[in-house]
Amino acid sequence: MSATRRIRFTLNGQAAAAEIGTHETLVEVLRDRFALFGARESCSQGLCGCCTVLVDGHAVSGCLFLAAAADGVKIQTIEGLASGERLDPVQEAFLECGAFQCGFCTPGFILMTRQLLDENPAPSEDEIRHYLSGNLCRCGAYPEIIEAVKLASHKVKSRTPGGAAP
Amino acid sequence: MSATAKAGQIGRSLPRLEGRAKVTGRAEYIHNLRLPGMVHGKIFRSAVAHGRIRRVDTAAAKALSGVFAVVTSDDIRKVISNPYYGPAFHDQPILAIDKVRHVGEPVAVVLAEDPHVAEEAMRLIIAEYDELPAVTDEVEAMTSTVIVHDALKPAGIFPDLKHLEGRKGTNVALDFHLRRGDVKQAFAEATHVFEHTFRTQPVMHTPLEPMVSAAEPGDGTLTIHTASQSPSFVRMEVARLLGWPENRVRVKTAFLGGGFGAKLYIKLEALVAALALLARRPVKISLAMDEQFFTITKHPSTFRIKSAVDKDGRVTARECEVWWNGGAYADVGPRVTQKSGFTAAGPYDIDNVAIDSYALYTNRPPAGALRGFGIPQLVWAYESHTDMIARALGIDPVEFRRRNILRDGRPQATGTVMKDAAIDKVLDRLVQRLGWSRPFDRGQGSVKRGRGLAVGFKASIAPTTSVAILNLYADGSCGLYCSTVDMGQGSDTAMAQIAAEVLDIPAETVRVVHPDTDVTPYDMATLGSRSTYHMGHAVKRAAEDARVKIDALKADLGVPPGSNVPLAELFRRKYGMQAGNIVGVGSFVPSYASPDHDTGLTPNATPFWMVGGTGAEVEVDTETGHVRVARLINVADLGTPINPRIVETQLSGGAIMQLGFTMQERMEFADGQLLNPNLADYKIPGMRDLPARIESEAVDAVERGGPFGAKGVGETATFGVSPAIANAIDAAVGVRLTELPLTPEAVYRALRKAGR
Repeated sequence: MSATRRIRFTLNGQAAAAEIGTHETLVEVLRDRFALFGARESCSQGLCGCCTVLVDGHAVSGCLFLAAAADGVKIQTIEGLASGERLDPVQEAFLECGAFQCGFCTPGFILMTRQLLDENPAPSEDEIRHYLSGNLCRCGAYPEIIEAVKLASHKVKSRTPGGAAP
Repeated sequence: MSATAKAGQIGRSLPRLEGRAKVTGRAEYIHNLRLPGMVHGKIFRSAVAHGRIRRVDTAAAKALSGVFAVVTSDDIRKVISNPYYGPAFHDQPILAIDKVRHVGEPVAVVLAEDPHVAEEAMRLIIAEYDELPAVTDEVEAMTSTVIVHDALKPAGIFPDLKHLEGRKGTNVALDFHLRRGDVKQAFAEATHVFEHTFRTQPVMHTPLEPMVSAAEPGDGTLTIHTASQSPSFVRMEVARLLGWPENRVRVKTAFLGGGFGAKLYIKLEALVAALALLARRPVKISLAMDEQFFTITKHPSTFRIKSAVDKDGRVTARECEVWWNGGAYADVGPRVTQKSGFTAAGPYDIDNVAIDSYALYTNRPPAGALRGFGIPQLVWAYESHTDMIARALGIDPVEFRRRNILRDGRPQATGTVMKDAAIDKVLDRLVQRLGWSRPFDRGQGSVKRGRGLAVGFKASIAPTTSVAILNLYADGSCGLYCSTVDMGQGSDTAMAQIAAEVLDIPAETVRVVHPDTDVTPYDMATLGSRSTYHMGHAVKRAAEDARVKIDALKADLGVPPGSNVPLAELFRRKYGMQAGNIVGVGSFVPSYASPDHDTGLTPNATPFWMVGGTGAEVEVDTETGHVRVARLINVADLGTPINPRIVETQLSGGAIMQLGFTMQERMEFADGQLLNPNLADYKIPGMRDLPARIESEAVDAVERGGPFGAKGVGETATFGVSPAIANAIDAAVGVRLTELPLTPEAVYRALRKAGR
């Protein structure tokens, strides 16, 4: 496990580089080299969604995604979602709906919701349940998460130019 | 100070204080912790359920490049001479000594700077065992010749366990007995007698932040950073193991990524403490998801319940025998056996009751507290039994419950007179929400519909202590110091609301300081839905104490009592600059009387009662056995909610967790091995497993003994879920399941067996 290589990528909009072991996963590199703790290893099998990050706009399980494969990509983590003090509408919606308890799975749910709304700005409840079925919340905040996704959908629409509200 | 809320902070659905940190990924967890010079520990675990350790060969592991050390029990004993720990019994070795007693028991630890190296080295360790026969079933353990522990070693802090000291040749860690009235006579005179046996399966908490602890040695001191629900206990127990005064051990926690009882008492803390002293550098152990399954589980149980019923459908006597599978180490199992045991006859007014409740050692991973402390296992049995009796007698299950329900002012099985337990109200609201008297769609074709309900209750934990400190700083801002651990239940927010109500300030301006035993005062633990009540009282008293001191300061300065001179200005006048503090202190110990050893009776079994009920509407596919929960209604008496919105999420979250234990979760063992210690094969509920409709309601109630009328809520919604669904399945298709989980396979087999 001594082989290393250098990777360059864009991390939350900034150019970044790291010397990584070829066995290391993206979530380890984000944690150990960049002190980004929002993506969290939990099940280590890509089944719980706690380690979700966006790679070139697609949600991946950071615990299974080898860091070596991140060379040349754009990575977005939960830490990069807000613009300064202004939260992303999905974050706002989760906050307003109280869509979390312990908060450990929350970044994964928010990033997955972000991707859902990018693909489908007005998902039905059934579509929400289906799309987020790969994220687990042991506290069982699912009813509030569903509510938050619906609220976020309204917020996104109203923030989009030509949307209903200013 | 009046007990009623006037400042508008109680009953406010304030969003969680830490919400912004959680949605931006910046909330602090011990999971994130990095310490300079830290090494990671990886645990080598037993592959056999029961055996004598012949040899542990660590040579190849030690030789691997990058390995700092490999540690076994011989090394541990260099720093802790008697390395056995536990809250009820000192029975659990930090690393296995001579014997292993369950699959997955820690045998050795590899330390390395790189966790991958530690893991690779761990796989190079070889252990050889002389395998011994294992006992795994709780009922067999009563009479088995396989004995898990040679002698019982009660910890001594619980007076009612002291008599067990040195007892040999038994797997019974604790037997609790309750005798009320004349059970024999009542059965002899009964019109009907019903007897059933119910079982529950092994399941695991699976907090998504797996258990994690780190220890940092100092100059004659030790700091433990741990995802723990009980920092005060960790300090006490580690100090005891080391023979140090408590002031040399510091225990800090952060937010917990879920707890549910898994992170109680001591889990990894004694191990990292010993490792840090041996290594003379910080040591962190982060369990992988699979390792949690070997660390702590929920008690599997067998419950034989027998009832005598008179001609009017009144239950005149009940006999309960409960066997709790505690696994290889007692953890807090003996408390579960007693505290839950005395409610085993259910929330019914029964004059003659006999309860025998047994904590059993077996060669399974240890079992401890899991959201309900044994109550969901009991309610599963007594509320299934209740419906079976009603059905057999041709009485409507709601009517049968109403004839027998336990009301305020009547004695519970222990003899304790019920107060502020809205059992009847919870039942009434369930009945109304279900529309019980209205016609119900029974389904068509191969899909049949049914509905059911169940009501359970729980006593709070006693005797326990909470202490809080409220610090008003020189600028008038407020810090609240308490050792209650916010693991997602929203305690920071609730405690801030209680303090704010007394001080008449907005709750969002209160800063809650997280547990740090050098800073925050003693609290027994965050468990058993006790914090709102116990710590809530302590916080309220600390804030009241601060108010008294503010008034004294005003008097000192000649400021009239009713004036609104800001606190910062009072400090300036007193000290001539921005300086000073006012420190309010509050503590709370509820009144309590321990049950009599022989009869189990007590006039004061609990500070308060929690009451929870569930109604379910299900659709059963008779061709596949698949059960769809169409509607799940959870109704609870939690007194007056401090924060109604958070309380509602506690109810729905608790019910969803119990839904997993009801429908799908089961640790599968074969030949002593655990087959599914991972989230691929052990499925916890996801979005697709939710009921189509889930509803929660807190009944209009007041807990007169609670702070601002409140009491605990964290466990309440778990009580009724399992039997409500089993009762609904029976109503739909006429088959009765007596063992959890209610899988499609179990339903299908029951249908075929019944010829349906």
